[in-house]
Amino acid sequence: MLEIKDINVYYGGIHALKGVSVEVKQGQVVTLIGSNGAGKSTTLRSIVGLVKPRSGSVKFEGEELTRLAAHKIIRRGIGVSPEGRHVFPNLSVLENLELGAYHQSPKNFSADLEWVYSLFPRLKERQRQLSGTLSGGEQQMLAFGRALMSRPKLVLLDEPSLGLAPLVVEEVFKTIRAINRQGATVLLVEQNAVAALKVAHYAYVLETGRVILEGVGEELLQDERVRGAYLGE
Amino acid sequence: MTATIFLQQIINGASLGSLYALVAIGYTMVYGILRLINFAHGDLLMFAAYAAIYGSTLFSLPWFISFPLAVVATAAMGILLDRAAYRPLRDAPRISLLISAIGASFLLENLALVVIGGVPKGFPRPSVFDQVISVGELRIQIMTIVTPVMTIVLLMGLLYIVHRTKIGKAMRAASKDFETTRLMGINLDWVIAVTFLLGSALAAAGGVMWAMKYPQVNPFMGVIPGLKAFIAAVLGGIGSIVGAVVGGFLLGLGEILIVAFVPELALYRDAIAFLILILVLLFRPTGIMGEPMIDKS
Repeated sequence: MLEIKDINVYYGGIHALKGVSVEVKQGQVVTLIGSNGAGKSTTLRSIVGLVKPRSGSVKFEGEELTRLAAHKIIRRGIGVSPEGRHVFPNLSVLENLELGAYHQSPKNFSADLEWVYSLFPRLKERQRQLSGTLSGGEQQMLAFGRALMSRPKLVLLDEPSLGLAPLVVEEVFKTIRAINRQGATVLLVEQNAVAALKVAHYAYVLETGRVILEGVGEELLQDERVRGAYLGE
Repeated sequence: MTATIFLQQIINGASLGSLYALVAIGYTMVYGILRLINFAHGDLLMFAAYAAIYGSTLFSLPWFISFPLAVVATAAMGILLDRAAYRPLRDAPRISLLISAIGASFLLENLALVVIGGVPKGFPRPSVFDQVISVGELRIQIMTIVTPVMTIVLLMGLLYIVHRTKIGKAMRAASKDFETTRLMGINLDWVIAVTFLLGSALAAAGGVMWAMKYPQVNPFMGVIPGLKAFIAAVLGGIGSIVGAVVGGFLLGLGEILIVAFVPELALYRDAIAFLILILVLLFRPTGIMGEPMIDKS
């Protein structure tokens, strides 16, 4: 479904991605793990056109994305929950969700809204509240829910567990499983390697802009290098 | 000073203030989204005034057609301004954008000077607006009443668009976060173009009414009202639409009342306005209704 081939990204003189290739198959949960600055977020940003790779290709359902503007890529059926949540603080919870469905036909809106509310009941309770006043966990739910409002074929989640209480983290991963069972394909960027590997069908380990390891999630969880680097063993 | 004269001055102040308000809205909207002081905004007043003159004289259109047409033409000009002077600099440092704005302003003024000439043109003020209505001892020109009423109506329309429509929601989102707005599948350039359209249309309405009030149209007529409206926007809290209107009315009322109470200061009214700008920037840079400044990436 999504095929990233050998992309190179530069920030000024910094070579941030050095020939990264990642594949996401329909129906899978794929995760990118690695430490800060490994290039995980840059990979996500290259998919949605927020950074333009100098070389390499990004194909979504066979279509080349690297030449398209960000909003057009999103309209192909990709939902994004960005790193740091980035809810619109001056808009209500409901308005944030409406923006998530901005490019969708209004006739599906109430059904999609009900679906997102069923996944995150807290959002319904708070729908009239300004999202800047939500707690960190609620903002994460909102960013996640907002990404789902367009019923995307592919959901990109950037560090959805960052800075959240353990109970909330559990809820986030439970929801990832739930939407995956309902048919959504997920690309998950995480520093929380254990939780991410448990939920993922396939995983890539990034280090300083390169994929150094890849494999089935459960297997990587047993891999000594992964355990050493990310699980502190 | 009698109560009648005082009331008369209040009405005059509100009338002038409403013009500042209309123009200030454009500054504040563009600033809200691009963090740019659009210095060419005042020149759109001039553009609108000339457009209205040519509509009336060259094509002999009646005012109720030529004035709205002037607003449409100016709105298109505002979009063109964004397209030519600001969009190519979307990723450039903000100072480049500011320099481009100053350049665009000089360009518009001097283009008008070359094409139209520096001799002021009279503005064909429709006679309906000259009529005077008397309420008790008060005598008010229709024009004086029309401007604030028009401003309030347009403000309501604008607030409706910003708070109740889809594009308005996208504008409010873009004012906080460009990148995430794009991640919603929203075409940011379109949102910015609509912002310029709305701001420029309001400036045009202000420009046409300004020309009816002071019917001498020349290529630099937009400079002083533009700067005054900018002061009004800062006073009200730049970035806030309601703030711009409050600032506009306050500035207009303040100017008229100072001149009325202390006629010796009449010559200093522009200086006083700029003094207000400096004081606001020094002591309350967020203005009356502004939020704390946030630097947007």
